[in-house]
Amino acid sequence: MSTKVEKDQVSGTDTTGHEWDGIKELNTPLPSWWVYVFWITVIWSVGYWVVYPSWPTANDYLKGMFGTTNRTELHETMASVAAERAPYMERLAALDVSEIANDSELLNFSMAGGKAVFADNCAPCHGTGGSGNPGFPSLQDDAWLWGGTLDAINQTLHVGVRWDANEDTRFNDMPAFGRDELLERDQIEDVVQYVLSFTDRATDAAAADRGAVVFEENCASCHGDDAKGIQDLGAPNLTDAIWLYGGSKETITETVMNSRRGVMPAWEGRLDEETIKMLTVYVHSLGGGQ
Amino acid sequence: MAMSTLQQPDIEPKNVPHIVDEGDYDEVPLYKKRDKVYPKRVSGRFRNLKWFALIALLGIYWVVPWLRWDRGPSAPDQAVLIDMDLGRAYFFFIEIWPQEVYYITGILIMAAVGLFLATSLFGRIWCGYACPQTVWTDLFMLVERYIQGDRNARVRLDKSKWTLEKIWKISATHLAWIVISMATGGAFVLYFHDAPTVMVDIFTANATFGTYVTIAFLTGSTYLLAGWAREQVCTYMCPWPRFQSAMLDDESMIVTYESWRGETRGPIKRKNLMRGEVPETGHCIDCHACVNVCPTGIDIRDGLQLECIGCGLCIDACNEMMDKVGFPRDLVRFDSVQNSQLRSQGKATRVRIIRPRTIFYSLLLVIIAVVMMFGLANRSVLELNVLRDRNPLFVALSDGDVRNGYTLKVLNKEQAEKTYVLSLEGIDATDFQIIGLTPNQDGTYDLDVAPDRVGSFRVFVAADPQTLDGKSTPFEFTVTDKETGNTETYDTVFAGPENDR
Repeated sequence: MSTKVEKDQVSGTDTTGHEWDGIKELNTPLPSWWVYVFWITVIWSVGYWVVYPSWPTANDYLKGMFGTTNRTELHETMASVAAERAPYMERLAALDVSEIANDSELLNFSMAGGKAVFADNCAPCHGTGGSGNPGFPSLQDDAWLWGGTLDAINQTLHVGVRWDANEDTRFNDMPAFGRDELLERDQIEDVVQYVLSFTDRATDAAAADRGAVVFEENCASCHGDDAKGIQDLGAPNLTDAIWLYGGSKETITETVMNSRRGVMPAWEGRLDEETIKMLTVYVHSLGGGQ
Repeated sequence: MAMSTLQQPDIEPKNVPHIVDEGDYDEVPLYKKRDKVYPKRVSGRFRNLKWFALIALLGIYWVVPWLRWDRGPSAPDQAVLIDMDLGRAYFFFIEIWPQEVYYITGILIMAAVGLFLATSLFGRIWCGYACPQTVWTDLFMLVERYIQGDRNARVRLDKSKWTLEKIWKISATHLAWIVISMATGGAFVLYFHDAPTVMVDIFTANATFGTYVTIAFLTGSTYLLAGWAREQVCTYMCPWPRFQSAMLDDESMIVTYESWRGETRGPIKRKNLMRGEVPETGHCIDCHACVNVCPTGIDIRDGLQLECIGCGLCIDACNEMMDKVGFPRDLVRFDSVQNSQLRSQGKATRVRIIRPRTIFYSLLLVIIAVVMMFGLANRSVLELNVLRDRNPLFVALSDGDVRNGYTLKVLNKEQAEKTYVLSLEGIDATDFQIIGLTPNQDGTYDLDVAPDRVGSFRVFVAADPQTLDGKSTPFEFTVTDKETGNTETYDTVFAGPENDR
C-alpha cells in the first residue's frame, strides 16, 4: 500500500509514504555508506567461499584455495606444540627421574605435562588428582603397594600390575582361601578377627587368638610376620588405616575368600619414556612420594 | 509493495482519504546521500581554545610513552606502561596487578561521571574539544587545508576535472593522512612495551606479529574515521549524542543562537541600525558564515541539534561578521537557554554553576575519588591467597591421621626480594611440610619470593582426626615479612572425616 509522501506537521520531516491503519512512518534515512558497508560484508563473505572450504557439492565439497581443513590445522597446531616442547623433552630424555627435581624449569614442565597425561590416562581408575577409588589405590596417601619412591613409581608405570603382556610386570597372586577351599569357613572367620585386631577392631578375642595361628601358617609369608606388608611382593600393610578394597569385616572376609586381582596396564610402549618420566614426577608430587 | 489486494474496505475509516499512488513510492529516497562538509577556516577565541586542546592532547598522546620513571632494577622504567605479558599496569608511582583491575573500573566510572558533570555545566565540550574523533579530524582538516586550500578552493577542486594538479593535491593529502595514521597506530603500541625498544623493533622488523597488526588496524581506523567518516561518526555511530541531552537542562551552557535578536534574518542592506534607528529586521544578516565553518555542516540557527558537537566555531565566525557590520557581538553565543530567554525579555542574566544536578554529579565524583584514594593509599604490598585442595577434600594416612593439601600464593608487590615466615595457627598439626623446603627450628618455613612476583608453594598439613572439630576445622596461615614484620593472614579450613571411626 503506497501513499503519497507527506510532510509531518510536528517534526517537519517527510514520511516514507508507508502507512498502516493510518499510522505513517517518518523518513529518517540511513546514510547510504552504511548500506555500502553491508554490501562490502556480503562481498567479503563470497571471498570466504572462494578461499575457505564452503559449499557441499553432490559427492564432495568446495575445498577452497589452500586446502584448509580442521584436520590439517590440528596437525599443524600439534606439530608446533611438539616443536615447542622438544627442547624440554630432550632434556627429560637425558635425565634420570631423580634428577628432574634439580631443574626447577623442567620440574614445572613435568608437573604440568604429567597432570595432563594423568587426566587422560590414569584418572578413569585412580580418580582425578589421584584420589583413588575402591580397588584403585589413592596416589596421594603415604601407603604404597609397590613402593612410593620415584624409581619404584617409574617402574610400576613401565611394567604395570598383573599385566600379562609385559614380562616384567608387577605380579603377585593371593590365594582365594575360601573359594578354593584352602581354609575352612571358621578358620577364615578367625583370621579376619585377627586382622581386625591390628586396628583394635576385633569383636571376638578368642577367635582372633585362633586366627593368629592361621595367619602365621597362610598369610605371613607375604604380608610378613608383623602383618606390615612386604613391598617387594606388593603385599599390603594390614596394620595401617588404609584399605584398598575397604576395611570392614565383610570386605576383609570377601578378600580372604575370593582374593583380589587388581590390574594396571603397562605404559611402556603406550606412552613414550619422557611422558612416563613426567607422570612419575607428577604422581610422586601428589603428597605420598617417598 | 503490492498489498492492495489485502485491503479490507469495510474496516477502513471513511473520512480518511486513501491516496494510492504507485508512482510516488519509488521516488522516496530511503538512504541519504552524504553531503560533504567543507569547513571554512576561522579564527577567534573558541578556535584558539581548540588549537590549544589539539596541541595539548596530541602532545600527551605522543610524548607520554617516552617519559621515564625509576622503579629500581626489577621493574620497567617507563612512566606509563601496560605490561600484558606480566600482567602489570604502571602509572608513575602507581603499580596495578591484574586482581586490582577495580582501580581501572574506578577511573572509568570517574571519567563517565566527569563527562556527565562537564556536559550538564558546559554542554558537549568533550565532543567539541577532547574527543579523539574531533582532535584527529581537526588535525586532518588542518593538513587538508594546508595542501588543498580553504573551503572555496576545496569545493572547486572537488568539482574540477582530474588534472595533474588535482591528482597531486589529493594524493598528497591522503599520503599525509596515512603518515599521521601510522604515527597514531605506532604510538599506541608504545604504551604496551618499552617504548625505545619496541620503536627499534618496529623499524627493524623485529616486533611481534600482534604489534604490526595493532599498528595496521589503528592506522586503518584513524585514516578512515578522521579522513573519510568525520562527522558521520558523531551523527550515526556514536551513542553519546543520543543520550547526552539527559544531562542538559536550560541552565547548561551550550552554543545558542539568540533568535530573538537575530530574526527576522535578512541581508544587511535592509538594515538601518547604523543610522541609530530601530531595525525592522533582526541582526542576523544571513551570511551563512556560521554554517560554512561548522565541522558537522549544520545550521546553528535551527537550535540545539543532535549533530552539534558544541565546538563554538560558529560563535567565532559570527562575531567576526558582527564586528564587520557593526552589530553587537555574540548573536551566536556560549550561554544557557534560560539566559537567552531572560535577555530577550530585557532581564538580567545569571550563570548558576551550583544546581541540584551538578551537586549530585560532583558529590558522586568526590565519593568515588575518595574511595579510590583510600584504596590506593592502603594498598597492601603483601598478599596471601590459599587454594585448598578439593579433590579429594582430605587424604587418610596410614597412621590414621588426615592430611589436607593447600597451594599458597604469596604476592610480593614490592620491588625487593623478600623472605616471609609461614606459620600455622588454630590447628594441632601432626605434620606440616612444604614441597622442596626444609622447616626452621620452630617448625615454620621461610618462603623466598622474588621482587614484584608471586611465589607459589605446595603445603601439606596433617592432623589427628580426634583433635579436629569434625568435618571442618577453621585455622589460619600467617606470613610475616622477616624485615618489616608486615603480616598477612588467610583464614581457611582443615577438612576431616565426619565422625571418627
